[in-house]
Amino acid sequence: MKRLLQYGKGYGRQAVLAPLFKMLEASFELFVPLVVAAVIDTGIRRQDIGYILRMSGLLVLLAVIGLTCSITAQYFAAKTAVGFATRLRHALFAHIQSLDFSAQDKVGPATLITRMTSDVNQVQNGINMTLRLLLRSPFVVFGAMVMAFTIDWKAALIFAAAIPLLCLVVFGIMALTMPLYKKTQAELDGVTGITRENLTGVRVIRAFGREDAERSRFAAAAEALNGLQQKVGGISGLTNPITTLIINLAIIALLYTGAVRVNLGGLTQGQVVALVNYMSQILVELVKMANLIITITKALACADRVADLLDIAPGMTDAPDAAAAEHNEKGGLVEFCHVHLTYQGAGDESLSDITLTARPGQTIGVIGGTGSGKSSLVSLLPRFYDPTEGQVLLDGRDLRQWPMEELRAQVGMVPQKALLFSGTIRDNLRWGSENATDEALWQALETAQAADFVREKPGQLDEMLEQGGKNLSGGQRQRLTIARALVRRPRVLVLDDSASALDFATDAALRKALHRLPGAPTVFIVSQRAASLRHADQILVLDEGRAVGLGTHAQLMENCPVYQEIYESQFKAGDEKGVG
Amino acid sequence: MAKASKAQKGTLIKVLHHVRRYLPFVGLSVLLAAVSVASTLLIPVYTGDAVDLILGPGQVDFAGLFRLMRRMGVVLAAGAAAQWLMNLCNNRITYSVIRDLRREAFEKIQQLPLSYLDGRTTGEVVSRVVADVDQFADGLLMGFTQLFTGVLTIVGTLGFMLRVNWAITLVVVCVTPLSLGVAAFIAKKTYRMFRLQSETRGEQTSLIDEMVAGQKVVQAFGQEEKVLARFDEINGRLEQCSLRAIFFSSITNPATRFVNSLVYAGVCVTGAVCAVQGLVSVGQLSCLLSYANQYTKPFNEISGVVTELQNALACAGRVLELIEAPAQAPDDPDALELAADTVRGSVSLQDVCFRYLPDRPLIEGLNLTVKPGERVAIVGPTGCGKTTIINLLMRFYDPNSGKITVEGVDETRITRKSLRSAYGMVLQDTWLKAGTIRENIAYGAPDATEEQIVAAAKAAHAHGFIQRLPQGYDTLITEDGGNISQGQKQLLCIARVMLRLPPILILDEATSSIDTRTEARIQKAFQQMMEGRTSFIVAHRLSTIRQADVILVMKDGHVIEQGTHDQLLAKGGFYANLYNSQFEDA
Repeated sequence: MKRLLQYGKGYGRQAVLAPLFKMLEASFELFVPLVVAAVIDTGIRRQDIGYILRMSGLLVLLAVIGLTCSITAQYFAAKTAVGFATRLRHALFAHIQSLDFSAQDKVGPATLITRMTSDVNQVQNGINMTLRLLLRSPFVVFGAMVMAFTIDWKAALIFAAAIPLLCLVVFGIMALTMPLYKKTQAELDGVTGITRENLTGVRVIRAFGREDAERSRFAAAAEALNGLQQKVGGISGLTNPITTLIINLAIIALLYTGAVRVNLGGLTQGQVVALVNYMSQILVELVKMANLIITITKALACADRVADLLDIAPGMTDAPDAAAAEHNEKGGLVEFCHVHLTYQGAGDESLSDITLTARPGQTIGVIGGTGSGKSSLVSLLPRFYDPTEGQVLLDGRDLRQWPMEELRAQVGMVPQKALLFSGTIRDNLRWGSENATDEALWQALETAQAADFVREKPGQLDEMLEQGGKNLSGGQRQRLTIARALVRRPRVLVLDDSASALDFATDAALRKALHRLPGAPTVFIVSQRAASLRHADQILVLDEGRAVGLGTHAQLMENCPVYQEIYESQFKAGDEKGVG
Repeated sequence: MAKASKAQKGTLIKVLHHVRRYLPFVGLSVLLAAVSVASTLLIPVYTGDAVDLILGPGQVDFAGLFRLMRRMGVVLAAGAAAQWLMNLCNNRITYSVIRDLRREAFEKIQQLPLSYLDGRTTGEVVSRVVADVDQFADGLLMGFTQLFTGVLTIVGTLGFMLRVNWAITLVVVCVTPLSLGVAAFIAKKTYRMFRLQSETRGEQTSLIDEMVAGQKVVQAFGQEEKVLARFDEINGRLEQCSLRAIFFSSITNPATRFVNSLVYAGVCVTGAVCAVQGLVSVGQLSCLLSYANQYTKPFNEISGVVTELQNALACAGRVLELIEAPAQAPDDPDALELAADTVRGSVSLQDVCFRYLPDRPLIEGLNLTVKPGERVAIVGPTGCGKTTIINLLMRFYDPNSGKITVEGVDETRITRKSLRSAYGMVLQDTWLKAGTIRENIAYGAPDATEEQIVAAAKAAHAHGFIQRLPQGYDTLITEDGGNISQGQKQLLCIARVMLRLPPILILDEATSSIDTRTEARIQKAFQQMMEGRTSFIVAHRLSTIRQADVILVMKDGHVIEQGTHDQLLAKGGFYANLYNSQFEDA
């Protein structure tokens, strides 16, 4: 929480001035009952119309000063809150950019988005309200009591008794309801969960004819929420009646004490009216304060969550001795030396003792079952994760010794999930290389087998893509992501099961085109299909994170039972085409 | 504008319709509001009277004062009780109405045609059922509480003030509209700023949404700085318009308070002058002053309620739109109950035409006859309409023309539930519900015994990995199934079907993300499962396809070839081409 304060730097003056002006406004408000008392005791009693007019003029003057102070305060408060929120959002977004993949996996995109939007808004709102009211309300409450004491200390004792009692009621009810509100929120999350689940699983639910069961599940959740809401509402609905009751009882007590004191001559009629007015002012402020505390509690909870996110250390930083490589044209040598990888929080190793050398221009196939570590292996190449043991080298240098930016410029990554961004096709491809010419883009599209369908689009390279490329088919998206990686002209190209949405013909044409690429990059292909890897220079067979085979197709067919099993499950033995 | 307000009126009527069930509570709430308001209005009168009994030293009427104090006590107690009970009533009404709304909305989700749900994002529908209903509840609650009390307070105050002194009342009545005018003026001026703010915020959220979801790609391509620059540009604009919106709207409070102070000063001067002339007593003046203080408050509250209610109505409108969306055509009243054990598995499609969009024909004139126990493989490039056939078979969508029959009976003449229970389906997207693994496997047969569940898991080759999980069959699967792998999810989906083993199977690329070794075992299980069962398989794997009795080769929504593997290869057409490309030398 404290660390968030740094984003308010530069707003210190405003943050002090805002509550100060608020207090100034409040002080003028506190004079009003005194003026009224003077009107009653002096103006009316002495029948002095001039005095009454002067005093009323004074009331107007107090109002004008109050208005000025208040508007000034609102401005400073708004300025501080908005400025703070803007910086916080910037810091958060920049921080997210710096998180490594393990941290991102752990937090998840939905959470990141909530932190950046609604949480920051709540914080902004909280700061704004705090600056406006946090000092003002207690000041008025306290000030009203002090004023009461200056009028008559004996009568003022009633204030001293009523105020703590009021606080006890207001804050006691809040303390009671706060945990219940949290529970309500959890119930609401449950309702949300069931709704979401029913929408995403609608086909399965209908296929299994479980509509009725889901209906009654939802009805139960909605009913539970309703019950809880009524319970909380019933308790928090007590605040207003009870506080009003206490204040008015205090007024009755004031009237009685006042009457006794007036009777003895210690107090005037106007002063009794003033005391009653002060009591009313206190009620108004206490209600405000209760609302404020709810806002602040919410804002603090949000601020904590935001701070937690900021506390996640940015993942990989460049090694201090990382230096740019001398450019030699024939790069692309990749070596894995006894690489082990254990994901954060995972018990078992995802990769164990992998050793492999890929010479420049070679094609390396990676095959294996689900969870065998294929994707983990290739995600080490652009340093999405660092190996827990051993090292990965590119052109003889440990990846950790490369400046991150340069390393990633060498590695063209085509992830499993074909992800595109809103913008034109050209914008998307230029992620690969900012200054690529249209010619270079078309070349990449040709190689990726995407040129045909892009040419058919009315806008061609200027065709707009929706968020996530939703207006394209899965296969088209995948080919564009391949083209995007090719635009980089990478030394190392990684296809992480990237052809899964392509039909066989396109898949084959793609592989051929990659082979013909000038300055052939070293290619890593992860695939479930043995056919896609058959012509690789080396095939690495993974089983539960361990390398159980490494060699060409022919070699593996000889000596690797796991590979044989995979191959045969896809091409039944005895098929004339499968073997030859 | 006129149209919008008309739509709002329509919504309001529907909302009132929902409230009707709770009419007794509404009546009670109004009654209690009247009692509570009367109490708040009486207190200043009594206080004023009391002040008039305290004139000066030796001039205090204690007997009268005690009488007044007793009366005040009674009025106070009644007022406080009424206020609390009113709160209870309003809570009861509001939360019950929203529970009803949610249930109706959810009920509708179960009945909506899939075309409605497929056309909208999950988030959109969820936000209607959750966020919109919540907002509506807030507005409704505020509306009930403040509208009643506000109106009653205004009327009551005017009455009381008139009784005391008409001249001072006139001052109050004349100056008060000023306060409303100021508030309305500021609201109008700031409306545009707020809209700009929410637009900019929307723009920023969608950027965040997109970039955070694609964060790994952003980093892989080293786009962090470019993306941050785009973000900062929007962030800067947001700062500007937020500041303006927040500041200008925050003037409302001080401004109305200022007008309020003017009213107060006005009452003070006229009241005091009247008092000098002996027209009112000091106590009455103090009573009028506290009325003047209170009088503008309900006006402000009501104007707040109006915006709040408008917002609530807009939300209610969105929820009602969902509730009123046309449901799928209900089952025929005389529709048949298909008994799963009598279904042998003959399915036929006759001249079936279907399109998702009216101007984009997809499936046209599809004919297919499947005899019991036959295997139909559907192959073809992506987007050729393979999954559409499943949608039609299961009646997730109805064909535009032509008919589909099961056991010779038109599918539209069979109840959906019994029709679907004849099918076992393993879809491409592996949906599991939040719950334990056991619950998920038993999803289609909640009464299944432990032995049956384990047997199904074993048959699906899921038993092994389930046992290796720390909690075994009691392992909780989170909402998105993030704690087990894609392949394992698929195995559970298969186990789910294994438990029921209906006469017809639909497998939609079911095995595509399971690793090939597991797949080999599953295929064996599938062989047994498919024995004697009609099955439709959407598949990429040629080994699966090769064993099919009929292969449907689809392209652009048409079945372009139909036959066995050998027949199609001999034909040398599209299928042969597709098949050979797999083995072509790269």
